[in-house]
Amino acid sequence: MTKFIVNGQERELNIDPETPLLWALRDELRLTGTKFGCGAAQCGACTVWVDGVPTRSCVTPIEDIAGATITTIEAVDTPEAKAVQAAWAAIDVPQCGWCQSGQIMAATALLAENPAPTDEDIDAAMEGNACRCATYVRIRQAIHNAADALKG
Amino acid sequence: MTIETTRRGFMATGSGLLLSLTLPLGAAAAKTGEAAVAGFEPNAFIRIGTDHSVTVLVKHLEMGQGPYTGLTTLVAEELDANWDQMQAVGAPANTPLYANGALGVQGTGGSTSMMSSFLPMREAAAAARQMLITAAAAEWGVPADEIVIKAGILSHQGTGKNAGFGDFAEAASKLPVPDAPKLKDPKDFVFIGKDRPRLDTASKVNGSAKFTLDHYPEGMLVVMVAHAPKFGAVVKSFDDTEALAVAGVEMVRQVPMGVAVYARNTWAAMKGREALVIEWDESKAEIRSSDAIFADYAKAAAEGGLTVEETGDLAEAFKGAEKVLEAEYRLPYLAHAPLEALDAIIEIKEGKAVLTYGCQFPTVDQMAFAGTFGIEPSDVTINVLMAGGSFGRRAQGSAHFAIEMAEVAKAAGRDGVFKLQWTREDDIRGGHYRPAALHKMRAGLDKDGKIVAWENVIATQSIMMGTVMEPSLNGGPDPFTFEGSAHLAYDLGTRRIGWSAMQTDVSVLWWRSVGHSHTAYAVETFLDEVLEAAGKDAIEGRLELLSAEATRERAVIEKVREISGWKGRKGENGKAYGFAFVKSFGSYVAQVAEVEDKDGLPRVTRVWVAVDCGLAVNPNLITAQCEGGVGFALSTALYSEITLAEGGEVEQSNYHDYPLLRITEMPAVEVAIIASNEAPSGIGEPPVPPLAPAVGNAWRQLTGRTKRQLPFARAEA
Repeated sequence: MTKFIVNGQERELNIDPETPLLWALRDELRLTGTKFGCGAAQCGACTVWVDGVPTRSCVTPIEDIAGATITTIEAVDTPEAKAVQAAWAAIDVPQCGWCQSGQIMAATALLAENPAPTDEDIDAAMEGNACRCATYVRIRQAIHNAADALKG
Repeated sequence: MTIETTRRGFMATGSGLLLSLTLPLGAAAAKTGEAAVAGFEPNAFIRIGTDHSVTVLVKHLEMGQGPYTGLTTLVAEELDANWDQMQAVGAPANTPLYANGALGVQGTGGSTSMMSSFLPMREAAAAARQMLITAAAAEWGVPADEIVIKAGILSHQGTGKNAGFGDFAEAASKLPVPDAPKLKDPKDFVFIGKDRPRLDTASKVNGSAKFTLDHYPEGMLVVMVAHAPKFGAVVKSFDDTEALAVAGVEMVRQVPMGVAVYARNTWAAMKGREALVIEWDESKAEIRSSDAIFADYAKAAAEGGLTVEETGDLAEAFKGAEKVLEAEYRLPYLAHAPLEALDAIIEIKEGKAVLTYGCQFPTVDQMAFAGTFGIEPSDVTINVLMAGGSFGRRAQGSAHFAIEMAEVAKAAGRDGVFKLQWTREDDIRGGHYRPAALHKMRAGLDKDGKIVAWENVIATQSIMMGTVMEPSLNGGPDPFTFEGSAHLAYDLGTRRIGWSAMQTDVSVLWWRSVGHSHTAYAVETFLDEVLEAAGKDAIEGRLELLSAEATRERAVIEKVREISGWKGRKGENGKAYGFAFVKSFGSYVAQVAEVEDKDGLPRVTRVWVAVDCGLAVNPNLITAQCEGGVGFALSTALYSEITLAEGGEVEQSNYHDYPLLRITEMPAVEVAIIASNEAPSGIGEPPVPPLAPAVGNAWRQLTGRTKRQLPFARAEA
């Protein structure tokens, strides 16, 4: 039995404790916004927050995060998240969309730490999140726009 | 603005107008009235609900390139709808209804979506508009020509009456479909030609977009197949004891492509597959390494291949040359590597199948599944969902994935619901690659620096041969192998283009921009070198090779020269500039790349793109395809290579050894779209081909040498 808090709710899962968080979220809890891309922490499509830290859920066994607080794309609603999602929508960042939940979780965490990131800061925070459609021009722009919006 | 992607959403029917229209394939018959006599073979593209919603059934796969938005724009335009009432849904498999006029089957590929649907979708909407007006005129008792529609509202000035589409949906559905609905004059376009937001953005920024992976029908088993480690190998024997001991694994079955594990969840399927012990029969497997394959290709190319273009006596032309340049290029196998690996939901019930997935070739998949499973195609329903990228991966002439779907369903031996799921490793190692290609180039310059002779022999494997697509070649050469090498707009003197048809057991497939993905690199870097040897500027030298009729080519080349502030190949502060131009899929694209040498690899800082894709239906999406196309092509040029080791095993397996471009390496991209009233042409693929040669040409300035074998990150032999 593994217990943790997912999107504000306490959840108990009686499954193989080695199960990666990604598959626990998807197959057990039906939180399908978090995507499977590589299964090897290489692409970032599965990025969620574990205790506020962007984490590759595809290589995180649930037994390692018992008691943790997990936030997924379905429930992320900090001011930074709202600004990031609005900025993403305003300039149509997604193409196929598969990586975008992970991109948004990573970008949101960046802005929570650093409200005015430079291009170098964005590179450092976002390098782990691959986009096969290469929407990077708009990802970078949207992060800057979100930062500006948060400044008010 | 919402997107319906669930089957339930699609199946939900309310009262409303279901518009019938004849497709391009049958358009000729319809115009003569024969189709009407035959009773209107109905084609459903538009559904207008009594709630005023307008749903567009999009017959092209939405895989990021934007047809949901693009085709909906066409409908909104001719209906004079309000954008907020528009929604899009993938059309199900139904070849008579939804065939692609450019492909002849229901399918998405060759950057044909907008090109093939531009008129049919507008006609469908214009007919619906006319029927709504007719219905309103009857109810209001006013002349139809006094009714106007604006932003989704029908109104009549004299009586002050107004209403929404939904108010007349039922009445309109009882009217005959007009034969020749009047299309708008382009000068009256409200939506077409303007930036439109994507319909699918909202669901893709909050995690609610539903892809195949996100569907969990009741009782579903996840199926993973252990595939052969070499192309052409088959199962000799296997032991499933350990696999069946994994909690959640329900059963294990042998299928022609390997061994299938059926489990109650994904993790159990993965662990179960991992636990299989399989002995493979490799007696018929491809055991050549990539190097050995290239050596065979080089031998074949040296023999000249089959002539696919010849304009005169090449030997004579080379005799007249003052200077001859030669080069050999090697372009590797490439995986498409879309982030969503192949997946599908298969529901089998009482001899009928319902397939739900990002299906790119519904006609081909439907027939292949039916044939393999042993039922009629009409017993196979395909619900088409959005795909998390494809880049050609789901456009399978061999229908290998649909066949695998049928095999695992058949091997289960019972009704049920299965999710066939590939992993990243299955994807990278699973073949269906962009074919490896070898180009042998030779050019002759006369004493004035004019190109008088040009030869390009290509050794590569056909994608069409050996698939259901082969008959369309009519026994002739496969044009996808040499497109972009033959019949160029440039005057290159006396020319000969040859193709050597190669055969391997490595499965190959269309890959974003197909033949152009390799021909552009060989042609445009070699040409650049030849022009430089003749003392010519990269851009001015190419313009001199164009005939007076090549106005569209000239316009994009001049445009990119202007926006990039081109001052020649050499730059300052360690920068160099490369240019390339490629026409593909009916569109013209010229690019300039600004490149530095960063630790022995090109660092591309800026790319300028000029594109003419005909009438720009949605500049926002065209610009996005250019930005993304540049990044996709740069990713490939820098890093992508699938190699076979000695013995035939694929050496790559995941993104750690088949790396994707990251944000850190993405150049700034500036896009200029040429204003045009020509028919829309391709945009998903055309931005890809010029990038690698533009980078390669700049790289030659920095290093003194053209990179002859891609990717750039590959160590020189």
